[in-house]
Amino acid sequence: MRGRPLLYTRYEADQAILNTVTKKVMVLIFLSALLLIPFQVLPGLDFLGENDWLRLLSTVAIFIIGALGLNILLGLAGQVSLGHAFFMGVGAYVAAVLGSDPEGLRLGFGLPMWIWLPAAGVVAAGIGVAFGPAAVRVRGLYLAFVTLGLVFVGDYVFRNLISVTGGAEVGRTFPPLEFRLWKEDTPLIDFASDGAWFGIELTSEAKTFYFVLAVAILFMLLAKNLQRTRVGRAFQAIRDRDIAAEIMGVDEVSFKLRAFGISSFYAGVSGALLASFVGTVIPARWDLFLSIQFIAIVLIGGAGTVAGVVLGTAFVTLLPRLVQDATLWMEDVVETGDNLLATLLDLVVATESTDFGLINTLPGVGPGLSVFQLNQVIYGLLIILFLIFEPLGLFGIWIRIRNYWKGWPFTY
Amino acid sequence: MTSGLLILAQESTVVPSEFGRMVVNGISLGAIYAILALGFVIIFKATQVLNFAHGALSAMGAFLIASFATIINVPGRWMEGSPVWLQWVLSVVFALVLAALIGMALERMFLRPMIGEALFAVAIVTLGIDIIVRTITNDFIGQTSRPMGDPFGLKTVGLGCANGGFIGEADLVELCTVRIPWTTVFQMILTIALVAGVAMFFRSRTGIAMRATAWDQEVARAQGISVGRIFATAWAIGAVMAAIGGLFISMFPRRPGGVDTFTAFFAFRAFPAIILGGLDSILGAIVGGFAIGFAESAASTYLTFGFLGTGFGGVVPYIVMLLVLLIRPYGLFGTEEIRRV
Repeated sequence: MRGRPLLYTRYEADQAILNTVTKKVMVLIFLSALLLIPFQVLPGLDFLGENDWLRLLSTVAIFIIGALGLNILLGLAGQVSLGHAFFMGVGAYVAAVLGSDPEGLRLGFGLPMWIWLPAAGVVAAGIGVAFGPAAVRVRGLYLAFVTLGLVFVGDYVFRNLISVTGGAEVGRTFPPLEFRLWKEDTPLIDFASDGAWFGIELTSEAKTFYFVLAVAILFMLLAKNLQRTRVGRAFQAIRDRDIAAEIMGVDEVSFKLRAFGISSFYAGVSGALLASFVGTVIPARWDLFLSIQFIAIVLIGGAGTVAGVVLGTAFVTLLPRLVQDATLWMEDVVETGDNLLATLLDLVVATESTDFGLINTLPGVGPGLSVFQLNQVIYGLLIILFLIFEPLGLFGIWIRIRNYWKGWPFTY
Repeated sequence: MTSGLLILAQESTVVPSEFGRMVVNGISLGAIYAILALGFVIIFKATQVLNFAHGALSAMGAFLIASFATIINVPGRWMEGSPVWLQWVLSVVFALVLAALIGMALERMFLRPMIGEALFAVAIVTLGIDIIVRTITNDFIGQTSRPMGDPFGLKTVGLGCANGGFIGEADLVELCTVRIPWTTVFQMILTIALVAGVAMFFRSRTGIAMRATAWDQEVARAQGISVGRIFATAWAIGAVMAAIGGLFISMFPRRPGGVDTFTAFFAFRAFPAIILGGLDSILGAIVGGFAIGFAESAASTYLTFGFLGTGFGGVVPYIVMLLVLLIRPYGLFGTEEIRRV
């Protein structure tokens, strides 16, 4: 057995979530690295433990949950949805109504998180299933437009339900992440203040990071498990050929409804966590661009795979920060240095209002893209380039690297 | 004294017609949606690409027109003394040529490599194009509105005016039953001309080649048709249509200030018109465009109850689209996909 790691003698071993030694080792290393990040002990990666990076990594974990949901719908069941942002918004507002302070400015019932977080998912899933019959009747490209309509109708509803959402300009506050048993005054566990867990001093950012990481890992396991159940295989059969799936006894309508329900559940939870994590959100947060961002995550990562979703989310969510840092570095080089590099970079960044540059960090002055706009252009380019050159996404690149080393030194 | 009273009495008989305003507004909206849908459907039919970048292309086209007509004033700066309308028309033609070239370049760079891929994957590529073109266009437009510089301005034709049912350029203080903006007349005429032009184009040699390509790309190639050239032509026509749609959006009744960063989003409302008529139907695009235009206009005129809140007119197209798709999943005139095992 030791020399032949891919020889399975039992079906369960083949179907295990981590079915090879390499996977087990890598997941173990990755997890311990994640757990150590807040203590700033990883050589070369200690900056990740700083508070702003921890907040960013928490956002990644929350986005992973939403992206896993879209991956189930798009990658497994093959249904195009541009309406993911709408379901995230539904989840966020359900959480806000159930969890917010009853004496607050907007509607709230002051219920604890163990009620509002699952409820956010359940209500979103319910709306997803209720919307399902329309989505089942319409197929393929028409479905993309129907879900596009959902985003715009949702945007209108969110903007006008002022008692719930706070209106287009102001938005509303969301309940903080904290555990209470019921409506008692001091929360059992809170993430807002620094403190000790099991004798280890942690900042509030570190606590939040551990919490969202745990939720994300739970949802990852659920998604990974779904792929090997009857439901997951039925989704893939529908994706590959819906009529063939029906002939094999897969009830198309029922399973498409389930795909929409599960996907919307993930979206609802992700939206609730995101809004709660950010604190104050305006309705325009749940717009078409958020949906496109999730499609970009799934396509860049690799549709249909959990590992791909994680890679894609990290890539897409951290990209703005990397672009920003790179811009600051370039500005720094241009302003201090006098060498060839500074001359070349001077063409890229604009340092003064009269200076020409592709990137212009001074808002509203002269031509040139702001860092935000540059990010958007890079998103667009990445979506296009990945679809043209690497349709399997980052996961596909990993597969090719893996296969290269598998056959080494006889790789050709 | 008596004459003054008489005029007052006459004025009170002229009541601005809400219905008339609704119809005029519906025609204007319908022309916008129909032109945008037409360009979209031509691209979809000829190249099997679902073009989500159409809104961005319309904003880009409108900005190009604004650039040529007002910002850099080409060719107007070299032809002082010639009539204003001639300068403007030439500027628009220049801008449309440039828009067509950009459309062809986008097709060649990003969509040619995707031939043979799944329709959905290609549609997502256009979503990427949409982000890029929209962001760069909006960066050029900036925080202000860029006026189109069209010679119509705010002029209107009044029907049933206070000074006797005079048809002519009514100025804005005068009371009329219905006012038709010159821009709406221009939009209507141009829409009819373009629809007729497209109908004639499909009877020309290139048009027949395009129809053959739409029917079956491989068979078309076997007949000696250059499919690549057909794709380029379709994208050129689509980009020109999008630019004209953007021009219509950025004129008097909608956005008198000109093209701004909202224009690309306005064009997203044309998608329901496309779906309503059916993705691959030219007739459907026109019928769908005007139907959605009238529905939106009627909703904004009559459905003004307080509980509906603001911006209800803007979502009416989507609601109509959802309802129609539930009854007819391939739109009113779309080809039903035959599913074979």
